[in-house]
Amino acid sequence: MEKFIKHTGTGVPLRRSNVDTDQIIPAVYLKRVTRSGFEDGLFAAWRNDPDFVLNQEAFKKGTVLVAGADFGTGSSREHAVWALQNYGFKAVISSRFADIFRGNSLKGGLLTIIVSQEEVEALWSAIESKPETAITVDLETRTVSYDSTVLNFVIDDYTRWRLMEGLDDIGLTLKQTESIDSFEKTRADYKPKTLPILK
Amino acid sequence: MSKTLAEKIWDEHIVRRADGEPDLLYIDLHLIHEVTSPQAFDGLRLTNRAVRRPDLTIATEDHNVPTLNIDKPIADPVSKLQVDTLRANCKEFGVRIHSLGDAEQGIVHVVGPQLGLTQPGMTIVCGDSHTSTHGAFGALAFGIGTSEVEHVLATQTLPLIRPKTMAINVEGTLKPGVTSKDIILAIIAKIGTGGGQGYVLEYRGSAIRALSMEARMTVCNMSIEAGARAGLIAPDEKTFEYIKGKPHAPKDFDAAVAYWSTLFSDADAKFDVEINLDANELEPFVTWGTNPGQGLPLNASVPNPAEITDAEERGAAERALTYMGLTAGTPLKKIAIDTVFLGSCTNGRIEDLRSAAEILKGKKISSSLRMLVVPGSARVRLQAESEGLDKVFLDAGAEWRSAGCSMCLGMNPDQLAVGERSASTSNRNFEGRQGKGGRTHLVSPLVAAATALRGTLSSPADL
Repeated sequence: MEKFIKHTGTGVPLRRSNVDTDQIIPAVYLKRVTRSGFEDGLFAAWRNDPDFVLNQEAFKKGTVLVAGADFGTGSSREHAVWALQNYGFKAVISSRFADIFRGNSLKGGLLTIIVSQEEVEALWSAIESKPETAITVDLETRTVSYDSTVLNFVIDDYTRWRLMEGLDDIGLTLKQTESIDSFEKTRADYKPKTLPILK
Repeated sequence: MSKTLAEKIWDEHIVRRADGEPDLLYIDLHLIHEVTSPQAFDGLRLTNRAVRRPDLTIATEDHNVPTLNIDKPIADPVSKLQVDTLRANCKEFGVRIHSLGDAEQGIVHVVGPQLGLTQPGMTIVCGDSHTSTHGAFGALAFGIGTSEVEHVLATQTLPLIRPKTMAINVEGTLKPGVTSKDIILAIIAKIGTGGGQGYVLEYRGSAIRALSMEARMTVCNMSIEAGARAGLIAPDEKTFEYIKGKPHAPKDFDAAVAYWSTLFSDADAKFDVEINLDANELEPFVTWGTNPGQGLPLNASVPNPAEITDAEERGAAERALTYMGLTAGTPLKKIAIDTVFLGSCTNGRIEDLRSAAEILKGKKISSSLRMLVVPGSARVRLQAESEGLDKVFLDAGAEWRSAGCSMCLGMNPDQLAVGERSASTSNRNFEGRQGKGGRTHLVSPLVAAATALRGTLSSPADL
């Protein structure tokens, strides 16, 4: 995974709450067996609307999505994270994220940042009045800054360290193989197994 | 120290705990399907890693499989590639798979319980958010993303931050015609789609204990619609009885029951939050908007956004009414339906089919609509046919299909057309969920059947 330390880009104001993962990428776009190419499906239904924010020239190059509350609810599809990343987003800012989406995003290196709804509103106003506003997302200092505003955000130390080092979660867990081996020896015999197949 | 049920299961699965790190949790069962697994298997190949425990892993084809002509090759080449990829991956990595045509094929959350692989006290994961269904057995079960699927394949563990706990107490007796679907829709309307974020929900109380296992699965299934990754119910005699005799029920059943009987929240255990719901007051529930929290009793009318004080919610309601093509003040029972969908991991089990068939028996569905009946698994379909339910549905004018996720998410050809309106026993009424431009009202199987007969949203009491 690519290291994430700091990113500066322009913002895209998505003034909607409860954006579920079916909106981020509808199911019909989930049939690929690769991790790339999902940008076509990003907000597919809304992109037919010429007024949709991603269709506006001023916001086409944005890399920081600023969304309403409860972003990423619904389906666990990690394709939602890939679609945002494939399109070019590096970070999403919202006052609340759904649990599974947030977990997926932080596994995959898309930084999801929680700030208050008032801070989201202020950021929306700033971006809408001046789309070229540079937004810097700094994982090292745990801040989002634009114009003269600096917002602090919370992220647990472990996830921050993993993102800043670009570490593969599986590699880290495989270092604990001995613990897993010894745990397995303590599992009860009556726990079910899928193999062999029983009728 | 007293613990909640969720805390007990969590603690019993900790492989490693270290300060400042997530707990490393052992996973007892990993369910797999074609849509969220191909990239995970690819990851294993790229890093030359094996599946650690194929014997704790099982795959089935459900999300994008057709429900007609399943004996023929899948017509959509992209869907076919995805299913073929799953088959090849399972073969390469030694994972058990139930393919189209197999009696055990079906929706992953119907298949696990029917095989007896879902048991109390287990940790169960799947790359699907409705994995919470298995919580009905007192298992800690939750949906994961594809990176986590790969993680579980490689290590049989997941690093996770311990969730908070929420008790949802449902006391009282349901009126006739009110089901567990109405309980969960009412809960989601009460706490909102974000209300359960960061929590494991535990459903408790006399109304929950009175539910059958399949009805409990319906409740737990939609925990994610309230924002909670997992929802569970303490196991009891009904749970043990349901598992008994299933293919993978424990051989030493008594030893298992002795352990399962310890799985309850201690009397003095502290939940972070407690919510109460009066079952006596519940009515059949239906959604009017585009998220599962936008629901009301069927006797109500489409809400007026102008009366909603919260600006965010008001905006969402206005957008929802526009999308749904509804006018504030319209009685919900006046809403005409084009398609009735009976199926999904929420309501595609044998009891769901039986309850709908009982209402349809000897009657004809309205000529103004179509009705799709999609069993949750091939096993459910066979059971229904042995009871003659297929005849009841066909005689009533409904379509009798093969098993799969079908119109719940419209990944296969079973989709709504633009502007088409459904009464659906599934779990999500998101914009475009059942087909681009489609409009979804979430309902119970009883409301679905009554609606099919009358053509407008109806409860059995209206017949």
